[in-house]
Amino acid sequence: MEYQSPASIDEAVAALAALEGARVMAGGTDLLVQLRSGAPRLGAIVDVKKIAEMCSIEETAEGFSVGAAVCGAQLTGHDAFSRAWPGVAEAAGLIGSTQIQGRASLGGNVCNASPAADTTPALIAARAKAEIVGPGGRRIVEVEKIATGPGKTSLGKGEMVVRFLLPARPARAADAYLRMIPRTEMDIAVAGAGVSLTLDRGGVVADARVGLGAVAPTALVLDQAADILTGTKLEDDVLARLAAAAGAAATPIDDKRGTIDYRRKVVGVLAKRAALIAYQRAGER
Amino acid sequence: MTYEPKTLKVVGTRPIRHDGADKVTGRANYGADFKLPGMLWGKVLRSPHAHARIRAIDVSKAKALPGVKAVITGGDMPMPDGGVTQAGESAINTQHLAKNLMARDKVLYDGHPVAAVAAISESIAREALDLIEVDYEILPHVIDVEEAMKPDAPLLHDDLFTQNVEPKPEKPSNVAQRIFVGKGDMEKGFSEADIVIERHFTTKPVHQGYIEPQACVANFAEDGQAVVWCSSQGQFLIRDLCVNMLGMEASDLKVIPAEIGGGFGGKTTVYLEPLALVLSHKAGRPVKMTMSRGEVFRSTGPTSGCAIRAKIGALRDGTIVAAEMDLKFQAGAFPGSPVGAAVMFATAPYDIPNLSITGWDVCVNVPKIHAYRAPGAPNGAFAFESVIDELARELNVDPIDLRAKNSVAEGSKAPYGPTHGPLGGLECLSAAKNHPHYKANLGPNQGRGVASGFWINIGGQSAATVVVNRDGTIALVEGCPDIGGTRASLAMMCAEVLGIEAEKVRPSVVDTTAIAFNDVTGGSRVTFATGKAVVEATEDAVRQMRERAAKMWDIEPDSVLWRDGAAHETGGEGRSLTIAQIASKAAKTGGQIMGHASINAAGAGPSLTTHMCDVEVDRETGRVTILRYTTVQDAGKAVHPSYVEGQMQGGAAQGIGWALNEEYIHDEQGRLLNAGFLDYRMPVASDLPMIDAVSGEVPNPNHPFGVRGVGEAPIVPPLAAISNAIYDATGVRMRDLPFSPPRVLAALEEAERAKG
Ligand SMILES: Cc1cc2nc3c(=O)[nH]c(=O)nc-3n(C[C@H](O)[C@H](O)[C@H](O)COP(=O)(O)OP(=O)(O)OC[C@H]3O[C@@H](n4cnc5c(N)ncnc54)[C@H](O)[C@@H]3O)c2cc1C
Repeated sequence: MEYQSPASIDEAVAALAALEGARVMAGGTDLLVQLRSGAPRLGAIVDVKKIAEMCSIEETAEGFSVGAAVCGAQLTGHDAFSRAWPGVAEAAGLIGSTQIQGRASLGGNVCNASPAADTTPALIAARAKAEIVGPGGRRIVEVEKIATGPGKTSLGKGEMVVRFLLPARPARAADAYLRMIPRTEMDIAVAGAGVSLTLDRGGVVADARVGLGAVAPTALVLDQAADILTGTKLEDDVLARLAAAAGAAATPIDDKRGTIDYRRKVVGVLAKRAALIAYQRAGER
Repeated sequence: MTYEPKTLKVVGTRPIRHDGADKVTGRANYGADFKLPGMLWGKVLRSPHAHARIRAIDVSKAKALPGVKAVITGGDMPMPDGGVTQAGESAINTQHLAKNLMARDKVLYDGHPVAAVAAISESIAREALDLIEVDYEILPHVIDVEEAMKPDAPLLHDDLFTQNVEPKPEKPSNVAQRIFVGKGDMEKGFSEADIVIERHFTTKPVHQGYIEPQACVANFAEDGQAVVWCSSQGQFLIRDLCVNMLGMEASDLKVIPAEIGGGFGGKTTVYLEPLALVLSHKAGRPVKMTMSRGEVFRSTGPTSGCAIRAKIGALRDGTIVAAEMDLKFQAGAFPGSPVGAAVMFATAPYDIPNLSITGWDVCVNVPKIHAYRAPGAPNGAFAFESVIDELARELNVDPIDLRAKNSVAEGSKAPYGPTHGPLGGLECLSAAKNHPHYKANLGPNQGRGVASGFWINIGGQSAATVVVNRDGTIALVEGCPDIGGTRASLAMMCAEVLGIEAEKVRPSVVDTTAIAFNDVTGGSRVTFATGKAVVEATEDAVRQMRERAAKMWDIEPDSVLWRDGAAHETGGEGRSLTIAQIASKAAKTGGQIMGHASINAAGAGPSLTTHMCDVEVDRETGRVTILRYTTVQDAGKAVHPSYVEGQMQGGAAQGIGWALNEEYIHDEQGRLLNAGFLDYRMPVASDLPMIDAVSGEVPNPNHPFGVRGVGEAPIVPPLAAISNAIYDATGVRMRDLPFSPPRVLAALEEAERAKG
């Protein structure tokens, strides 16, 4: 199998186009595991960790730009980012273990297209966009448009995500991510929920967005969240409606990790609890 | 050799283990670390079906693949004459073992080997497996134990007739055996009772989860002599099973033990070694085989899932007057579940006058069940300790007091026959009750559970050689693989008898040609039985050194006393000679000095233990968090307290995993869905609190330092302790394992619905 580690995005795109059956590798914590457990052989690996642009975090007036190959440890160790996006940072911080954190990237997490990927619901709640570069040039899409089903993406041949763009944060805005796993770490989400809230001066929710994970073939945007949450202070009945809406939006499967019924219930509980954490964080700003 | 109280200098201290540096630096050699020049890689083709007839196997394409040196199927493996090989706590039927190693006419579980290849590389071997064509006729399968007992259940073996039932069955079934233990008069017992509680419990198969997958290298030479390097719980057992399987003589095979990365009973049998030997024989080259984690889960023996009915009757004052249990255990593909131990020990912490306990050993389409730490006892205790807890609540008495009121003590008769000597049940209960944990406050949704456990421990055959080096240091030669720190414990007992530091004794676990036969490391027997052999061998060396000193001084050996690593003249000039002074002159006084002992140790003292556990239940997600956990156990004497505590903590941790999340999950076709650590959820470190291990010491009269086994008892109580704690937290009884979040949530909701 051919292995290349280009130093620029252009070279990487050219390599992806030129090599038959080539795949992007960032941390390899999904890709190499899949290879080892007997996935069909790849034609080539294009390692993007040598591309400086894809491994850096930048803060601008428009918000944050996070390179698609930035690893979890780098992201959670970035103080300004963690302050602005505690929910995205905590989702990235949940992936695997210390060792995995030293490799695993947001790009890999989103593009691996596992329905249970932890950062995807948090990025959805954050209204993050992905910048994609390919033979046809550059385009920018919402994160929720990338995965189209388990293991499937909307990326065209030779395309890759180069960075994620997260908008600038107004005052009194914060996010949170929670997942349910039976253990405390080294596990896959049975359900996950990311919530991002902006409050007005009176502590009333002015803007809300909720992403749900592991309860459908792809991570979901909970469309009703804004309706349910804006104009409220997360009173009990509001939270109950949020939980019910999350459960209703979910179309989970029965599998070894959880039942349909269980996932529907728990995703509601997580949405509710994540909303409360985000609310408290936002109120403290 | 019996217990005598004495002042101890080494036993009871915590020296650094002799194998510690190698293990923390990664220098230690485990099963998969060994290589030989010219070595081939062996791989196994496994059945994808839970139950199927093999119509035909075509290996011709695999054989033709360049780089493939040998291909074998069931037909290439000899069928032994029969008979049973003792393997610690289990007895292995050699014909069943042969059929388990490689299927003949039928495959009996997902993962059952059907063929094996040896090739010049792992990837060629894997490719060769893909070229083997097996024509299967898929048969209906059965996994649930109660389903398997039904008359119309799919039949695994058409020649299996239930043993020990009257009248003798005329038709074959999946039920291999009925086991019964009883005494007294059940009708009378239950009619006297003021309270009777009867409940049904189920458990799923769970795996030992040792970190190191099975691995070996076999080298079969042209003259019929063979060597196997492998990690196991007993090199002698591996040798005996291999020679029995392959019709060899014991002197034809040398087994060299590697370090072992966990066994917990699971490595007291063979899966790869006989295949590697046959492949090596065919290919004329050494063959290495290692299992993947998936193969470990799909093909090695877990412990039984079971269904248990438990009934208990008691007087208003808390006296338990009768207990009846019916225990149905999965045996896996071949007979031989640990139901016997469950029958004998489920009620063993208590002295109950009227007992009727029946066990059923039932074949089902999962891998042949194999030993797992206190095999059978945790299942039985789960049921019985749960009904004891219910009884305590019914009677409104403290669960520890209720247990103490009914506890066995010296002189009481065990359910399985013998009369107990001194044992520490009451001491454990009282230490548990007085522990600060038992008095600590609990918050909302938190609960505390208590459970006790019993394990018999075994003795058995052990040998030891004490070689006195010329500089006065000691080589301690023994034959039991070191899983739990036994090198250190054995060296410490040797050092204690000699009166020197533990560091001056270098222990080695040697191959099957370098010491007399030893039973496996299992049954919590090594510190007890091999410890006894070590003490005898050391005393033999001391006797010889006293004789040599007497010779050097030209006095009678009786006038020489041994103390603090030296011979002392009792009268006369009061002279003394150190080990080094005696050993350096050994050539002149009769040759080098070596003590030896080879024994069959009887009188292993049973272990009793009481655990308590605090949990918090998340009522919205069903997630159970273990907040605090304390084990109290009678160790007899903790030779190296750190390793005794480690055993207690390890057993508790495994029990917690079994209670909370571990289970085999099968699909509709009977295929194992969670053959890996991601979905077979053993606890990770952050799931557990620090487990407080309190070691009580009621000396075992049959060991010079009072040692009892400790390794197994600690896995017995956790299942019930956690179930009882969940009840305390929520008012909901969990009687079906595991208590995974979806099940706990469903039970909580069910209880809410029932309340209305
Ligand atoms: C022990 C362990 C624990 C884990 N725990 C978790 C967990 O708790 N939560 C969780 O969500 N995941 C977990 N994972 C999965 C994995 O670590 C994450 O999904 C991780 O974020 C993947 O990132 P990576 O950089 O390693 O991706 P890679 O393995 O390099 O790539 C994954 C996939 O994405 C593609 N890809 C990568 N980067 C790009 C890009 N820039 N553009 C286009 N395609 C790209 C690759 O071609 C590949 O198909 C775990 C994995 C392991 C081994």
